[in-house]
Amino acid sequence: MLEIKYLHVQLEEEDKQILKGVDLTVEAGKVHAIMGPNGSGKSTLSYVLSGRDGYEVTEGSATLEGDDLLEMEPEERAAAGVFLAFQYPVEIPGVGNMTFLRTAVNAQRKARGQDELSATDFLKVVRAKAKSLKIDADMLKRPVNVGFSGGEKKRNEILQMAMLEPKMCILDETDSGLDVDAMKLVAEGVNALRDEGRGFLVITHYQRLLDHIQPDVVHIMADGRIVKTGGPELALEVENNGYADILAEVN
Amino acid sequence: MALPEVKQTATEARLSAMSLPDAGCTRAAREDALARVREMGLPGRRDEYWKYTRPDTLVSPDVTPAEVFASDEPVMFDGFDRLKIVFVDGVFDADASDDLSMEGVTIDRIEDICCKDIHWAKELYGVLEARGQQPVQRPLAALNTAFARDGVAIHVTGKPSRPISLIYRHGSETSDAMLHHIIRVESGAEVTILENGPAASRFNKCMEIDVADGGVLHHVRAQGRDHQRRAATHMFTRLGAASVYKSFTLTVNGVLTRNEQVVELTGDDAVAHVAGACVGDGDFHHDDTVFITHDAVNCESRQVFKKVLRNGATGVFQGKILVKAGAQKTDGYQISQSLLLDDDSQFLAKPELEIYADDVACSHGSTSGAIDDTALFYLRSRGVPVKEATNMLTLAFLAEAVDEIEDQSLASDIVTRLEGWLARRS
Ligand SMILES: Nc1ncnc2c1ncn2[C@@H]1O[C@H](COP(=O)(O)OP(=O)(O)O)[C@@H](O)[C@H]1O
Ligand SMILES: [Mg+2]
Repeated sequence: MLEIKYLHVQLEEEDKQILKGVDLTVEAGKVHAIMGPNGSGKSTLSYVLSGRDGYEVTEGSATLEGDDLLEMEPEERAAAGVFLAFQYPVEIPGVGNMTFLRTAVNAQRKARGQDELSATDFLKVVRAKAKSLKIDADMLKRPVNVGFSGGEKKRNEILQMAMLEPKMCILDETDSGLDVDAMKLVAEGVNALRDEGRGFLVITHYQRLLDHIQPDVVHIMADGRIVKTGGPELALEVENNGYADILAEVN
Repeated sequence: MALPEVKQTATEARLSAMSLPDAGCTRAAREDALARVREMGLPGRRDEYWKYTRPDTLVSPDVTPAEVFASDEPVMFDGFDRLKIVFVDGVFDADASDDLSMEGVTIDRIEDICCKDIHWAKELYGVLEARGQQPVQRPLAALNTAFARDGVAIHVTGKPSRPISLIYRHGSETSDAMLHHIIRVESGAEVTILENGPAASRFNKCMEIDVADGGVLHHVRAQGRDHQRRAATHMFTRLGAASVYKSFTLTVNGVLTRNEQVVELTGDDAVAHVAGACVGDGDFHHDDTVFITHDAVNCESRQVFKKVLRNGATGVFQGKILVKAGAQKTDGYQISQSLLLDDDSQFLAKPELEIYADDVACSHGSTSGAIDDTALFYLRSRGVPVKEATNMLTLAFLAEAVDEIEDQSLASDIVTRLEGWLARRS
């Protein structure tokens, strides 16, 4: 599904190397987790995959089902199936959440040559999905993420993901700022989307989210590289001993 | 004090091309206004109040020709049941207008009033304009009072069932129009006034609005799409106790627009909201100049102005809140913001507060900026193409001003125009 090879990324503005050769393959149907200390480059990887400005790829490649992601505009990547649940979801005053969702869904359908969803069909789907994430009608009407609590913002990300049904879901610290109940809700939302055709890249600092979203593979990222890869037990190792031991071992 | 020679020459040049109408009961007001014009002189480039906007073409004896624009959009306010009063190049068009009678209101043409010796409008004609010359001079409004031949006097005594819709058509490339309207809203009465259209190649409009205690006036205006038209408009509004005035203006294109709003809250608990959304590109120059005076207790005023500028367009905002001594519990809010879609455009803002009471809450803010990159990326990452995402964010930027319109269907008509403007540039 997602294939990242030898990816080197630096900032456009300053001569600072952030990713220093990331190799990673996420197969369809699998959940990969990336863990790592703050500042190791996890968010940068997620941004580069989804096409944010400000980063320059100096070497390496990233493809989705064989298509070169790095050549595409952000909206083309989205239409191709990439979705990023932001670490810090953006507030957009003046744009209603519902309008935003419908515009996004229909833009992607259009890009794929599908008919737009009718207003009533859309409403039915969105209401059902919102309900399972405990997102009420009021939150759907309000401007995107404006005045939402941390937990509401993260649930709103998962709602967007559920509506857009992407092939490759990247979740950047979706657990941060969530209490246990909210984390369960979010995990349920993610688990409901797990299927054979879909890949997940779950970025997290802590192990606790992975109690609820069972990963197939766990990677440890440090200083712009994947330094260790293993099974779910690797997450437990981090939980018990912190990153220091692993990093010492690799170095 | 004698006028500077340049100013006097310019003023006399303009005046020499005009003559006072045969004016019946407005004669004295017109003569007074003419005297005011001579005393103040017409606006010049050196005037502080015209620092950001060049008045030359608004003042010159000759009109700069302006193409008449044929729009393919549905007519503004088309779906609304309204009483239509049509002016073509500033001249009343009886055939195109509806019958002027409606329950709860009497409407007379200024021209008809002029042949009468007694008329209620005499109490108001030129009066609010004259009051509005302090502390800042507005000579173009005095010029209008003196010379405007047409317009309507609207006396609202009840709650007319339909909005009164003033339609300003542009017919000739060299038209130079002046309209003067008088509106008196009686105690407890309520009316909606709509205005739309470019009016003329050069348009000078003056509206005097007197809202008695408990009266309500809603005003929604759209200034047409003609690129080359020039307009200087003044609205002088006096508000009685617990009265409400809510005004919104949409400006799309137009090479030069100067919209002045002068509002005086004279009775306790009065409410005044003036808002505007403008979008323009290229040589578009748009100036909102607002002066709100609080002269009573517990009044609320809001100014919300949003400007979207691209390809070198210029936006100007001069807005003042004056809170007089004794105007306690004043709640004054003012925001002016521009969204610059490129580096060539500019926004010049002069927000002012002058407060002589101690128990007041006044805030003002002015910002100028580009599209928010983070928000743009967020929308694009969800699959919304960059143009569409930019347009969404632009409309979102304008929304705070449009939200000032209470009537939802009028507001959505305005939004449709803004969407059209954006779509034509995508
Ligand atoms: N736009 C940027 N400007 C400056 N520094 C940046 C920028 N983006 C990332 N960095 C730096 O790159 C490093 C990796 O950051 P990030 O990808 O956010 O790490 P993580 O998500 O693993 O905490 C950090 O040192 C961070 O300060
Ligand atoms: Mg991060």
